Parts: sequence; structure tokens; C-alpha cells
Amino acid sequence: MSDHVIAIEQLRFNWPGESSPILDIPSFNINKGERIFLKGASGSGKSTLLSLLGGVLTPQQGDVYLLGRPLHDLRAAERDRFRADHIGFIFQMFNLIPYLSVLENVILPLYFSPLRHARVIKNTTAEVEAMRLLAHLDLSGALLQRSVTELSVGQQQRVAAARALIGQPEIIIADEPTSSLDADRREAFIKLLIKECDEAGNTLLFVSHDASLERYFDHCINLDSLNHSAQVVS
Amino acid sequence: MAILQLALKSLWNRRFTAGLTLLSITLSVALLLGVERLRNESRSSFANTISGTDLIVGARSGSIQLLLYSVFRIGNPTNNIDWQSYQAIIKHPNVKWSIPITLGDSHHGFRVMGTTPDYFKYYRYSRKRPLQFQNGKPFTDVYDAVLGAEVAEQLGYQLDQKIVIAHGAGKVSLIKHDNKPFTVVGILNKTGTPVDRAVHVDLRGIEAIHIDWQGGSPTPGMRITADKAKQLDLNPKTITAAMLGLSSRISTFKVRHYINNYREEPLQAILPGVALQELWDMMAVAEKALLAISLFVVLVGLTGMVTAILTSLNERRREMAILRSVGARPAHILLLISGEAIGLCLLGILLGIGLLYSLLFIGQPLIESHYGLFINIDWPSTYEFGLLGILLLASLLVSLIPGIRAYRYSLADGMTIRL
Repeated sequence: MSDHVIAIEQLRFNWPGESSPILDIPSFNINKGERIFLKGASGSGKSTLLSLLGGVLTPQQGDVYLLGRPLHDLRAAERDRFRADHIGFIFQMFNLIPYLSVLENVILPLYFSPLRHARVIKNTTAEVEAMRLLAHLDLSGALLQRSVTELSVGQQQRVAAARALIGQPEIIIADEPTSSLDADRREAFIKLLIKECDEAGNTLLFVSHDASLERYFDHCINLDSLNHSAQVVS
Repeated sequence: MAILQLALKSLWNRRFTAGLTLLSITLSVALLLGVERLRNESRSSFANTISGTDLIVGARSGSIQLLLYSVFRIGNPTNNIDWQSYQAIIKHPNVKWSIPITLGDSHHGFRVMGTTPDYFKYYRYSRKRPLQFQNGKPFTDVYDAVLGAEVAEQLGYQLDQKIVIAHGAGKVSLIKHDNKPFTVVGILNKTGTPVDRAVHVDLRGIEAIHIDWQGGSPTPGMRITADKAKQLDLNPKTITAAMLGLSSRISTFKVRHYINNYREEPLQAILPGVALQELWDMMAVAEKALLAISLFVVLVGLTGMVTAILTSLNERRREMAILRSVGARPAHILLLISGEAIGLCLLGILLGIGLLYSLLFIGQPLIESHYGLFINIDWPSTYEFGLLGILLLASLLVSLIPGIRAYRYSLADGMTIRL
């Protein structure tokens, strides 16, 4: 278990008022440095699973371990802190805070995680590190001065990726990050993301309903095969 | 610290609506403090209608009645003071100065007051301010008159104008003392007190115009000319009231006791400050209503702010979800939203105070010259600080409303972005 970055055991989660659990996962493990593609249709409990991993939700039964730490033993504020320190999220769209500049958006997690902040300023400043990451994601120059609302969707997603990567959190969770991009952009984005994760040694959990993206990843897992409650229904 | 920066940037992003909200809070705070200031100033100005006078002496009646006719020239005395009694009273060792007054006649609805030149020397109003002449000088001759500022202004009188005094206090009077006209020798500065609405003449003048009268009407067949009257004994037989200045505050109760127990006739002495306070308390409902209204205006301002923030909250759920995903706690979200409201309130209160003081500095000379109301520009009183404290507390509580709502949203939404 010590090698598992993410370990789930006997997890059951019920939304209040629902008769059957939306998630019933006996076991699910991810090793350090893996690139995992988690496939699931909308409504399959994907978002619920990610909220459980992020510590925003807590399961009624079972355990979730991240980096060997049992999330269920942490208080709510500690789970928020843990998320800030160890997980970078990228969502489908509208990832950015509209009133902050591109750089401020990238630096945002450092405000909530002294750990990631310390990691960054050990070698450089937050701004320089943000610019370095953005440059790796093909964003530089005049683009950085623009308001984030003026960026294209593809550019916005790359800013979001830089934000998830800054300060090297151990886990990157991407939830349908490419579904609002066209096919060319999609491939470019995934390749950039994987390259960055390789460099920094993060573990990547990529969640999507789009099976055509499988080929970029080490492992592909179908959520329905993990989730017993889905199998019972179908 | 980070949350504060975020709140500021977020506010700046919505600077137009935030500015309007700020404006309404600023105005309501300035209004509240302004009304409070005006209320206090008019109360103290009212209390200072007469100042420096230790006792007012009159025939025995109610203290407010005596105050009303002697100071405000409203209503009529029940009885007069005998000139001999007056002479006896002012011989009391603690009486430093005295102003006798006689009322009963009028000029175009303005009360005519008979007194002595000591009136201009000793009478004080509004924190011991003496009467000042905008034109001319105190009366010296029997038929001289000094006008209050409003009398001169309304009737358009200048110095050397001849005026005729009518018998009785009404605006329309059938009997006029037209054989003995008075000459305007002085016009007083505006005081914002009933002095402005009085025509002041010498006590001997009042005596002279009534010398050929008997029992309230001219004695038939007996006309004494103005010049002839001057030759006669013009010492008054009675006066209406008197104002006394005493040698020390401590002697006030001694002298009052002496007057209240005066044997020759039933008299009373009142402390003007106390009587003024009693009178003001009777009118306190209006000022309290004014304060209540301005409190409601502040409430409207705060409600407007909460409405504006609550309206924006739905659009900001996405922003809150993003913040949650990068590690913000629900408490951060509460702080972000409430902090914005508190910041607006604080800034509004500060700007409101600033606005009030700028208006006071601009308005002070105007208000003084138009209404005779002198507004002191002082630091906020402890009461006003208390009011500001309550305001701050109210805005803190009110700020929690959108904050708690956002907190609930962010607990329910988590990192899930709702559109």
C-alpha cells in the first residue's frame, strides 16, 4: 500500500435521499508516477469520485488513502489543506478566476499551500516559475498580459494546467479537460500535459468519457468495472 | 492576506456596482451623522437661546409659561412685577446685574420690548455671545428703537426710520400710539433667537406712550404730546419680567429662594437652562422621529448592499468552486464574501464621515448667516462614536448574510462547477 498514491478500499457513497449508493468500489489503487485514464460516462459517479478524492466529500463507508494518509481521519480543514498541498485539479471549462491575470491564476494555489509555495521559492520566484510552466505549455509573451476572459478555450485550459502543476503536487487530476477543445488541440494538450507530468514526476489521473484518448495513457480503467453499484444497475 | 487581495481584486472587477453600493452607504452614513449633529446643535442652540442669565423673575405662574413670554415672547404674562419689588430684588447683595423687560405692545406683529440699555450690555445668547449691532447703536432717547435683524429685514427698515407702535400684541391693532413715533437708531445682528423678532425700546418710552392712558385705552380729552411727556416722571410702575445675573453660580438657589418667598407679592424665579430643557423635552418627539428616519435610511443602504452581493453570488459560484479546488476552505469563502461587505461598509462609514465634515466646513458659514444656527465643528462625540460602533456592528452582522450563504453554497457545491 505504501507505493500507492491513491488507494480506495470498500468505498461506498450515497447521496442523501438516494436509496442505492452511487459508488461501491471494493478496491482501486494507483501507483506513483502512473498515467491513468479513467473512463466513465456522465452520470456514472465520476464527479462524485473526484470529490471524494479531493476530500470535499467523505464516504459513508470505506477508506480513501492518498499518499498513504487516510483522508477519513482528517478534519475538513485538514482535508482542504491536504488537497491544496498534494492535488492539482483541471476541469472541463471555466477553470480561471475572471478578475485575476493569467499569472495570478497560475500562482493561486500557492496562496493556499505554503508547502507548494516553499517548493517553488526554493529555486526561483512564483512569477518566474509560473512563466516557465506557461512557456512549456506554449503560452508566453503578450498573452500573459491579457485578461483571462480574452483567451481562447484552449489557452485557458493550458493556463489551468500550469496552475495544477505549479509547486509540483504529487497528484494531478484532470476531469474532462479536453472536451471543449477540437481534435487537434485535444491531442496537443494531452501530450503537453503528459510531458509536464513526466518531467515533474506527478501521478496523473485523467478522467474522460472519450475512449479515443485512451491511447496516450499507460493504463485505462473503466469506472463501471470498478464500481459495483453500476454493475448492479446495468 | 491572500483572501484580502482576492476580495479587493474581485471588488475592483465589479467596481461600478460596488461604487454605487459604496455611494449609498456613504450617503446614508453622512445623513445619519448629519441629522444627529443637527439635532444636537439645534438642541444646544435652543438651550442657548438665552445664556449667561442666572434667573428669570416674573409673576408667579408656570415656569414654562414665564420662559415662553419672557424669552420667546409667546403668550402673555398673568401678572406684572411691581417696580418697587423689582428695586428690592436687585438690591440683593448677590445680584450683579439685571435687565427689566416690559411687553404688551407690538409693531406689525413683532413684539415691542421695553428694557434698559443694560440689555445690550448683559444679554447673552448661544455660549455667552453678546448682542452685536449690524448698524447704529443702543437707544439713548425715550423715543429711540433698536430692531432685531428679522424685523429690519422683513419690514425693510433702515436707520432713522420713524415707526409707530401699536397697542396690544396682535398683528392687527385698532389703537396705535401714533402721536409718539419712535426712531430706529440701531439694528442688531442675526442671532437665531427670538431677539431677531423684537423691537427694543426704552422702558421710559413704554411709559411715555401710555402716560395719557387709563385702563387700556386713551383717556378721553387728555392728550399729552411726545415732548411734554418727556418732562414727566417716566419711571415705570410695573414691569413684566426681569433677567438677573448673579455674582456666583452658588448663590442662585439663595436668590431664587429669596424671590420665591418675597412677601410683598407672589413672584417666581426660574433657572432658564432648566426651563429650556423642560420645554425641549416636550418637543423631543420630532427630533426622535428624525433620528429614526435616518436610521432607516442606513438600514436601506445596508439592505441595498446585501441585495447587490447576494445577486452577484450566483454568478460567483463558479469562482468559489475554483477556489475550493485549489485548496480554499469554506471558511475562506465566507471570509471572501463577508470581507467584501465589511470592506464596503468600513469604507462607506469613513467616506460618510469625510463627506459630513466637508459639508460642515462648507455649510457652517451659510447656516449661520441664514438661520443663525452656529454649528460647532468638533470631533465626533462619544455618542456619535457609539452610533458608529452600532453601525459597524450592524454592518458586520449584515455582511454575514451573504457570507454564510456563500459558505453553504460552497459546502454543497464543493469543486463541482455549476453554470
